[in-house]
Amino acid sequence: MAILEKTESVLNAAGRRVPETVNGRHQVPYLGLGKYQPHGNKAAPPIRTAADYPENGDKRVPDLENALRRCGLRDGMVISSHHHLRDGDRVALMALEAAARIGVKDLMWFPSASFPTQKGAIELMASGVIDHIEGSMNGPLGDYCTQGKMRGMGVLRSHGGRWQAIQDGEVHIDIAVIAAPTADPFGNCDGSHGKSACGSLGFALADSIYADHVIAVTDNLVPFPCVPWQIQGNNVDYVVEVDSIGDPAKIVSGTTQITRSPDRLRIAEFVARFLRDAGIMRNGFSFQAGAGGIALAFVSYLKQMMKEAGVKARFVRGGSTKYLVELLEEGLTDYILDGQTFDLSGVQSMANHPRHVATSPFTSYNYHGKGNFASLVDAVVLGATEVDANFNANVVTHSDGRLLHGIGGWQNCLAAGCTILAVPSFRDRIPVIVDDVTTLCGPGELIDVIVTERGIAINPRRQDLMNAVKSSKLPIRPLPEIKAEVERICGGKPQRPHRGNRPVAVVKWVDGTVLDSVWQVV
Amino acid sequence: MTKAIDSRVAGEAGHWGAEIRSDLHVRIEPRERGGIDIDLESRVKPYYGDAIRRQAEEVLDALGVRHAQVTIHDEGALPLVISARIEAAARRAGLGEGTRVLPDRIPLPEPSPRDRMRRSRLYVPGSEPKYFINAGLHGADAIILDLEDSVHPSEKDAARLVVRNALRAVDFLPCERMVRINQLPLGLEDLEEIVPESPDLILIPKVETPGQVIDASRKIAEIQANYGLTRPIWLMPIIESALGIEKAYEIVTSSRDIVALTIGLEDYTADLGVVKTPTGAESLFARQRVVNAAHAAGVQAIDSVFGDVGDMDGLRAWGGNSRAMGFEGMGCVHPLQIAVIHQAFAPTPAEIEKAQKIVAAYHDAQQKGLGVVSLGSKMIDAPVVQRALKLMARAQAMGLVA
Repeated sequence: MAILEKTESVLNAAGRRVPETVNGRHQVPYLGLGKYQPHGNKAAPPIRTAADYPENGDKRVPDLENALRRCGLRDGMVISSHHHLRDGDRVALMALEAAARIGVKDLMWFPSASFPTQKGAIELMASGVIDHIEGSMNGPLGDYCTQGKMRGMGVLRSHGGRWQAIQDGEVHIDIAVIAAPTADPFGNCDGSHGKSACGSLGFALADSIYADHVIAVTDNLVPFPCVPWQIQGNNVDYVVEVDSIGDPAKIVSGTTQITRSPDRLRIAEFVARFLRDAGIMRNGFSFQAGAGGIALAFVSYLKQMMKEAGVKARFVRGGSTKYLVELLEEGLTDYILDGQTFDLSGVQSMANHPRHVATSPFTSYNYHGKGNFASLVDAVVLGATEVDANFNANVVTHSDGRLLHGIGGWQNCLAAGCTILAVPSFRDRIPVIVDDVTTLCGPGELIDVIVTERGIAINPRRQDLMNAVKSSKLPIRPLPEIKAEVERICGGKPQRPHRGNRPVAVVKWVDGTVLDSVWQVV
Repeated sequence: MTKAIDSRVAGEAGHWGAEIRSDLHVRIEPRERGGIDIDLESRVKPYYGDAIRRQAEEVLDALGVRHAQVTIHDEGALPLVISARIEAAARRAGLGEGTRVLPDRIPLPEPSPRDRMRRSRLYVPGSEPKYFINAGLHGADAIILDLEDSVHPSEKDAARLVVRNALRAVDFLPCERMVRINQLPLGLEDLEEIVPESPDLILIPKVETPGQVIDASRKIAEIQANYGLTRPIWLMPIIESALGIEKAYEIVTSSRDIVALTIGLEDYTADLGVVKTPTGAESLFARQRVVNAAHAAGVQAIDSVFGDVGDMDGLRAWGGNSRAMGFEGMGCVHPLQIAVIHQAFAPTPAEIEKAQKIVAAYHDAQQKGLGVVSLGSKMIDAPVVQRALKLMARAQAMGLVA
């Protein structure tokens, strides 16, 4: 794909300018919530026959390079990888570097998310092995993209959006490389055991089903059967054994720590009190929170309130940490439905507790599913880099336009009964509540409550929530009032950073339409 | 002329680096000609780069700095910090003498009543402006902007400018605005900057003699007179030595502006040469002495801080004991301690119920014109009624009763 590819652009239903063509593929601009109606059948991998695979079930090959050759790797193919090993992952880069040794060019790398540990991919982009990345880009890769150095255009999707793109054929994976903390020679894979245990392998599930070829890479080969088989060997072509698939210290943290920042603790306490006072915290309820400092503290405050009120949840959604595990063990929730595990207690609990269940973006988030779990959750607590007065939010770029975070499950979670963004009102003098978000990732119609250390703003569309907390002592305030206060503190509105007029990436909405563009930073 | 150039020194103030937040480092190198040249690096440059540059030019102009090479490394400092740091750097370079560059003043809160509730006072280091802005959000009865022990000796001059600006420009919400000055005589220099900005209360540390309070009090009166200020500035002496404890009553009666007396246990136990223990057995006499002297003088007795932020149970126990001894509050070193302290100093439901009955009986007797208050078959003494009335007033202020 040429760097200077000329793309026509249009204004979408959210009023954002988006390209009509991305990496040579025609795009549907965002049409509004629930407006886009796809047609046709889901994509499917080629038909295989068991006769072509070893009768003894031993699919081992000597190394990744060999496996990639057997998969028929050639120029322009799509190679996928997954981020269940987070910043400890060694497999994705190992695969891409093997491809470089084979000498192919113009690959599309399709990670479920990339991490700073994969910054070596920059070199592979510079040398032309990788044309572009479709997947969230964190840190150095995000910077590389927003500086306009990537040849093709980045495509940012949510975890659910990745399933959607695979299922409706928007992305066809040629070769999926799955890092497996435990596997057998047949290709059954499990994430909850082994020295590199990470918990769930859910992010790799779609790839295992829909890719033309699937390679499992493990550093803990066990004799058949590997149980539980989170990835089924029946979908796997080759198994590669390596010394190490990742750095255990960076795969999960030994212990996750609650923030000590008084401002963040205050935000966390407000969120918990909001759920209580709004009556969302009641017997049989459900919630999801991430593993950031505020989210962990929130769980700890909520737990106290649940105990005081004698209230029990039916299920909580992971990313799990020891704080969620404690809820399960103390009988304050019946289930943890877990997409990923962030610390050792989470991994151990998933391995041992029958009601700590691994989920995948298919069950949790997929837009092409016949429903998904996200909309069954009563309340979700998320972060954001920016919010505007209409509750539209940004989670991928900073106000200077640099791409620094992935979407993750963030967009999908907006479907919850009550979506709460827990954010400081400003960071280092930079207001979080802005006139216009730098990048639109979540339409304001879906964002119900903004909780800051200076007060709580409820989306005027949610009169029911307004009424529910009428007699609460919480500082409920209009969003513009908080915004004005912060601008006073910060010494006026920030100036608008300069940005280029070339889109370097697009943000997809959960239905596959284009919600916004990420512009080159000049 | 050449000589004058040679004697010029560069002035630096503030902090920068990856770990620093909401502060900046300024270096001003005076020169003979060439005007002002500002080299600006900032974490928030895309948003406030122009604003920072503009502000720096204005502040330098107000300080009368005409020719200088200025280097700024900003870590997202708020305007009140930017001007305080530039002013400090200029002064250290021997420039801008006698000129203050003050941020816009937000409206002053109502003057603080002499006997207002002072259960919790949150210490904020005067050289750490990142803690200022949200300090008032956490519900403490008072914020102490500290110029003493939390500020390095080499930072005293700069910290007092940041604190001065904070008193003008930061909304501390309903918190009483306190400043802990340095031990005299350095504390007198602090007063020069602080008093014109009308803090509600000054803590005078390491007081051992009434003379120290009198000196501070005179200085305050003098500055207030110069600025034509009449708003009260209350005093809270901190006793931190064996000698101070012996003179507690003389100290607490040395000025009519004293509204509370407190004790600093770190220094006190160091003075005795003993270890400060979680139960405080070694300071029992000193604390009781403070309580007694304060009550004899009709002011509040306030306890020291509890330093272990991780030990909430220890804090709760200490606070409960404090209240039982006759203290009305204590210091906090972290916002998480505030709620625990408020709980510890709150009257129990049983106490409130009893006081309510006594107060009701008192009103009943008043109405009937009876000189004697009785509850059931028991006669209630006047001091008991007074105590019940005081307890109910406190309970009301704490929001425990309607």
